[in-house]
Amino acid sequence: MDERKMSQKQRNYLQMLRRRKRRIAVLQVLIFVLFLLIWESAVRLSWIDGFIFSSPSRVVKTFVGMCEDGSIAMHTASTLLETIVSFLLVAVIGTGLAVILWYFTELSEILEPYLVVLNSLPKSALAPLLIVWLGANQKSIIVSGMSVAIFGTVLNLFTGFQEVDPDKIRLIYTFGGTKRNVLTKVVLPGTLPLLLSVMKVNIGLCLVGVVIGEFIGARQGLGYLIIYGSQVFRLDHVIMSICVLCVIAVLLYRILGIAEKICRRRR
Amino acid sequence: MEPLLELKNVSYAYHTPDGETYALSDLSFQVQSGEFIAVVGPSGCGKSTLLSLISGLLRAESGSVRLNGKEAETFQKNTGYMLQKDHLFEWRSIYQNVILGLEIQNRLDKQSKARVEKMLADYGLARFRDARPSQLSGGMRQRAALIRTLAPDPELLLLDEPFSALDFQTRLSVCDDVWAILRKEKKTALLVTHDLSEAVSMADRVLVLTKRPATICADIRIQFEKENITPFERRSEPEFKDYFNEIWKELNLHG
Repeated sequence: MDERKMSQKQRNYLQMLRRRKRRIAVLQVLIFVLFLLIWESAVRLSWIDGFIFSSPSRVVKTFVGMCEDGSIAMHTASTLLETIVSFLLVAVIGTGLAVILWYFTELSEILEPYLVVLNSLPKSALAPLLIVWLGANQKSIIVSGMSVAIFGTVLNLFTGFQEVDPDKIRLIYTFGGTKRNVLTKVVLPGTLPLLLSVMKVNIGLCLVGVVIGEFIGARQGLGYLIIYGSQVFRLDHVIMSICVLCVIAVLLYRILGIAEKICRRRR
Repeated sequence: MEPLLELKNVSYAYHTPDGETYALSDLSFQVQSGEFIAVVGPSGCGKSTLLSLISGLLRAESGSVRLNGKEAETFQKNTGYMLQKDHLFEWRSIYQNVILGLEIQNRLDKQSKARVEKMLADYGLARFRDARPSQLSGGMRQRAALIRTLAPDPELLLLDEPFSALDFQTRLSVCDDVWAILRKEKKTALLVTHDLSEAVSMADRVLVLTKRPATICADIRIQFEKENITPFERRSEPEFKDYFNEIWKELNLHG
C-alpha cells in the first residue's frame, strides 16, 4: 500500500515493526560476534588454554589447511552422502511401513508395543551392534542414520493416517471404493503436510545417527574426524568439525523447508 | 409397477463391547421411481443407518432390502449417497472433486466427462471448475457435492441431512437448488432430516420414524394445491402449516 495515503498512526506502527525486526537481527549477529571475540581474546590473554579450547583463528587456520589438501571436502562429502542416503531410505521405508500398518489394522495392534519400545530406545545404543553385524563400512553407518529416524517416522505417520476424518473415508465407500482407493485418494494426499514436516525433522535425526555411526566405525567423515581429533588431542580438528556439522544441519533443514513450501504452494 | 426400492421387515443392531444397540426394527416401506421421500424422526433414531442399509454399506441383520427387485447385499452402484458435510478435498480442484466417484468406479470416459462439464455449467459452477473448494461459498460447495454424487448417474439418491451444516439463509436457497436439480435430472430421492419444514417443503411423501429402535409410525403423502412450486414457495402456502402440525403430532405421539 502507498505509505503516503496512510494515517500517521499506521505509519508509526509500521515503523515500529521495522525497528523491532532490525533490532532483533542486529542483536542476533552481535551475540555471535561477541562470542567469537571473547573466545579469541580469552585464548590470547591466556585465560584459557588454546590447546584444549582452540580458538576462532585456530579453527579457521585448520579449516583453510584442510581445504588446501582437500581432506575436509572428502570428510564432509562422506557424511553428507551417508545422511542423504539414509534420509531417502527412511522416507521410502518409513512411509511404506506406516502404510502397511494402516492397511492391516490387526497387525498394527500386534506390533504396537514393539514399535513403542524401539522408538523410545536410545538409538546410539544400537550403533555398536550394527558395526559388529554389518562391518565397519558405509552400510552400517547408513543403517545407523536410519535407526534414529525410522521408528518415529512409522509411528508419526501411522498415527496421522488414523486421524483422517472418518467421514471422508466413508465418502470413498459411498462410491463403492476399496481400501486402496481410501489410501490413494484420501489418506495419502490428506496427510501430505504431516509427511513433509516429519521429513523435515528426519534429515536432522539422520545426521545425528550418521555421526554416531562414524564415531564407532568409520575411516572418514566428520564423526570420524571428531573422534580421531579428540584421541590425538587435536581439538582444533574437533571444533572445526562441529562447526561444519552446524552448517550442514542448517543447510539441510533449510533445503527441506524450501521443498516443503514448494509442495504446499502446488496444492 | 415394481417399486424402485422395497424394504421388508428390516432390522439392524450395532454391536460394541458394551452391548448392542437396536437401531431399526421391523421396518417396511416402498419407494416408486421418481418419488421424493423425506424421512424424519427424533435425533439418533437410526435414520443414517437406514441409508447405509439401502446403499449396501451395511447389511440388514434380518429382513430384505431390494433395489429394482434385487437384494442389496453389497455396495449398490445405482445409489448416490450425499453426506452431511460436503467433504470436498482441498487438494483437488472442483472439477477433480466432482469426478471422484467416476474415478473410483473407473467410469471416466468422454461421455461421463461431458456430463460432468454440463452439470457444472448448468448449475453455475463452470467458472469455478479449476478453483479450490475453499474459494467457494457454502451453497456452491454443497452444489458441487451434489454434482459429485450425481456424476456416476445413480437412480436413487440418498441424502443424509445434506443441509444441516449450512446457515439458515444458505439452507433455504440450497434446498431450492437441490430440489430443482433433482427434478431436472429426474431422480428418485430419499432425504433424511430432522427439520420438519424442510421435509414438508421438499418431499412428495414423508415417513415418520419412532425413536430407537426405529420403525415407521406414519406415512404421509404431501400434496399442495399449487403444483410445481419451489420448496421455498411451499413454505408460504396454507397447507404447509397443516402438514407440519400433522407430522409434529405424530412425532410427539411416538417419538
